[in-house]
Amino acid sequence: MFKYLPHTPEDIQAMLKTIGVKDINELYSDMPKTLKGVDLDIPSSMSEIELTEHFKTLAGENRPLKSFMGMGAYDHYTPSVIRHLIERQEFLTAYTPYQPEVSQGTLQYIFEYQSMICELTGMDVSNASMYDGATATAEAMYMAVNVRKKRRHILVSETVNPVIVDVLRTYAYNQDIDLELVSEKEGVSDVSALKDAMRHDTAALITQTPNRYGHIEDFEDLGEACSANKTLFVINQDPSTLSHLKTPRDQGADIAVGEAQTLGVPLSFGGPYIGYFATTKKLMRKMPGRICGVTEDTDGLRAFVLTLQAREQHIRREKANSNICSNQSLMALFVTIYLSIMGKKGLYEAQNISKNHAHYLHDMLLKLPHFEDPFEKPFFKEFTLKTSLDVTQMNKLLSEQGYLGPFDQGAFSEDKAGLVTFSVTEKRTKEEMDHFIDIMGAL
Amino acid sequence: MAYDQLIFERSQTGRIGYSLPKSEIKEYPLDDSLKREKTPDLPEVSEFDVIRHFTNVSFKNHGIETGFYPLGSCTMKYNPKIDQDLSGMDAFTGLHPYQPVDTVQGVLEVLYETQKMLAKISGLDTYSLNPYAGAHGELVGLMIIRHYHANRKDFARKKIIVPDSAHGTNPASAATAGFDVVEVASNQDGTVNLNSLKSVLDDSIAGIMLTNPNTIGMFEKDILEIARLVHEAGGLLYYDGANLNPMMGMARPGDMGFDIMHINLHKTFSTPHGGGGPGSGPVGVTRELKPYLPEPVVRKAGNHFFIDQKDDQSIGRISHFYGNVGVVLKAYAFLRTNGKEHLSEIAQYSTLNANYVKESLKDTFKLPIDAHCKHEFVFDGLIDKSTGVTTYDISKRLLDYGIHPPTMYFPLLYKESMMIEPVENESKQTLDHFIKTMKIIAKEAIDDPDLVKHAPHTTPVKRLDEAKAAREPKVKFKDLIA
Repeated sequence: MFKYLPHTPEDIQAMLKTIGVKDINELYSDMPKTLKGVDLDIPSSMSEIELTEHFKTLAGENRPLKSFMGMGAYDHYTPSVIRHLIERQEFLTAYTPYQPEVSQGTLQYIFEYQSMICELTGMDVSNASMYDGATATAEAMYMAVNVRKKRRHILVSETVNPVIVDVLRTYAYNQDIDLELVSEKEGVSDVSALKDAMRHDTAALITQTPNRYGHIEDFEDLGEACSANKTLFVINQDPSTLSHLKTPRDQGADIAVGEAQTLGVPLSFGGPYIGYFATTKKLMRKMPGRICGVTEDTDGLRAFVLTLQAREQHIRREKANSNICSNQSLMALFVTIYLSIMGKKGLYEAQNISKNHAHYLHDMLLKLPHFEDPFEKPFFKEFTLKTSLDVTQMNKLLSEQGYLGPFDQGAFSEDKAGLVTFSVTEKRTKEEMDHFIDIMGAL
Repeated sequence: MAYDQLIFERSQTGRIGYSLPKSEIKEYPLDDSLKREKTPDLPEVSEFDVIRHFTNVSFKNHGIETGFYPLGSCTMKYNPKIDQDLSGMDAFTGLHPYQPVDTVQGVLEVLYETQKMLAKISGLDTYSLNPYAGAHGELVGLMIIRHYHANRKDFARKKIIVPDSAHGTNPASAATAGFDVVEVASNQDGTVNLNSLKSVLDDSIAGIMLTNPNTIGMFEKDILEIARLVHEAGGLLYYDGANLNPMMGMARPGDMGFDIMHINLHKTFSTPHGGGGPGSGPVGVTRELKPYLPEPVVRKAGNHFFIDQKDDQSIGRISHFYGNVGVVLKAYAFLRTNGKEHLSEIAQYSTLNANYVKESLKDTFKLPIDAHCKHEFVFDGLIDKSTGVTTYDISKRLLDYGIHPPTMYFPLLYKESMMIEPVENESKQTLDHFIKTMKIIAKEAIDDPDLVKHAPHTTPVKRLDEAKAAREPKVKFKDLIA
């Protein structure tokens, strides 16, 4: 017997009798003999005590660091109530809400999630969430070539995080999309070069703010230029910065996407995270992924239901808007609870601390001899400096002291060597920052 | 009446639910030109408001722990609590994905060992854990097929064969990867018809996507012949791991001749479905296809684990980091708990359970294929359809009895499909209760058909007007108060 398997020998015999076979192997008699007799070469079963000890050993080989790095993963505070609520079995163990009468819980929080994403981004409609920010951006690219049928050209500003650009390239190959990277200008998008690069067959222009260096982009009239050319303007924006910054809508976006890990989701070595995806009312029916809407039941009670499903794979098969058949539902709940707890005031306050602390660190580092700011652009909670230090050596020393140092932009391409990107959140105290600066100062 | 407030409707101006440390750092103001005009209207609620609200919202859901959940093709098995506890340890959740490798050896070991165990179970060479879900795994697998042919300069292979009994994501993923989809007709039992297969095999075929057992729980008895034919025609075989549960320790897709597959960790390896995600869809390949796996890849040299960022032949990057690591941790705990001793029992008991339910109900419900199934099977509605009670009605009536309905109207092979998957950790007593309930509903369908046709009667809401939601889309709170 085994704890997850309830059948007693008597149960098995009774069931076999009902089926009319002598043993379970008879139920596999349709399988070719050559396939049978698998010897599973994996470790033996562990008891709960052994498993727990094993995990403690593994945990001992990990060393969480106090992070001064972002680049797509930010160390924000996670209120304790979130874990308690998302671990309620009604949320945790349910499947996608195919039976709406017993899935109103899931559907309601998706509706609340969509409402909050629309509040933050200023867009009309949000889907129920996607795998991560990078794949959400790739889905925006697919949506653009789907909306602008004959167009296959996509422009991407070089200030978009290069990992996201890599994902775009991978996805672009599938559908023979011509992806063109437009060089940056002093750490921000080159708006006039982007305008010049726009062609009659440009389906979308993809940008990011705050960008790969942490700089806040000012897209000026890029949205209007896109609109005049019938090119969809895609802005990838960290949603936590929308406590303060102009919305994608304010900047003229047709599609707003991004990584919502910044809304309280733990670092977890890169996942699970959550991509958000929002657009205009006009483009709603072209959006990929699940969407939840409001309706009524036969008694006239308010109820929630997956809607606009005519876009999806289970109806449309190969003609669907996307192959995606689910969402990062539990992470959407995570974000919804985070934004409820933090609320109107708390999100602003947490992000304001992050912003102030990042600016403090920026100013203090510039007082050291080995750092300069080659850009002097406005930033939020992430910024990039040029250093004369050996970055690998610096980060090694920092990690020995318990800190995760800045990201080395030279890892992407040689022309960015010496550029290092720091990030600070509300979790880093002044003491930690001062200690961090002291270590840097001693180098 | 069920709880019906939205979190926005509980909001009171000025109320808060958070606490933050006081910062000693001065204010660094942003330039006005960068700032949004209006603060977003997020809820203003206390911590206790939040707890009450979401607890009451949760009561409107049916979870696996609420009651039986025989949703076909979804493998709704028990999600062990210990897996949840261990994966939530700070030493895992607190790791930044770009930490130096010497500070993350524990988590890298989990990823590496999981890759290895999945390879052993499926008979393939190695795995990438980067794909986020089953559909994402399919897309990655198809991209590998495309790159493989392109690398051989064989650009004419533009078609993927998909049986008409396949899940909708198969053709959708093939189209997303840039292929044309060729649907082949199945035999009555959903297995591949060798003649229809032969008629489409030529040098335009890039590969075929199959589940085995198929969507009605039948093993593809001709699988070795199918593999031979497809390979001979120059194509590759893709295994959709949706139905791997009854195969573990019994037979391996690699031995069947499959070149690529994905596994749904949220099905076979019991990680929680989470209301639709996060899942995890690792992709495995043969030795020949190994260089095509997405970047980055976790490897081992001596006793040291590391992350290999680049491989020239790789299809490229398909995720920002390394996939849903938090989900993989749970699957790893599940694998180590079961060990080699119990994985094949999972397979056998899932098959035993499905056949037991099938045999016990086949006098009441129409069984199109009267043969031994694997972990799931399909009924084509009631045998006696005289009162007009449909699969939809039966499903809704099951809700009144506290049972989650089977998958309805899939596969498309039958008009009244009802796909039942009673997983291995359901006891004979639970199955007997389900069998009894199904017979009661069949009797109600004759004695009082309206009762069934208007079900459910006891759920938080009754039947919904789905057309209204699509006709006048209201997709956010402000659409309701506008």
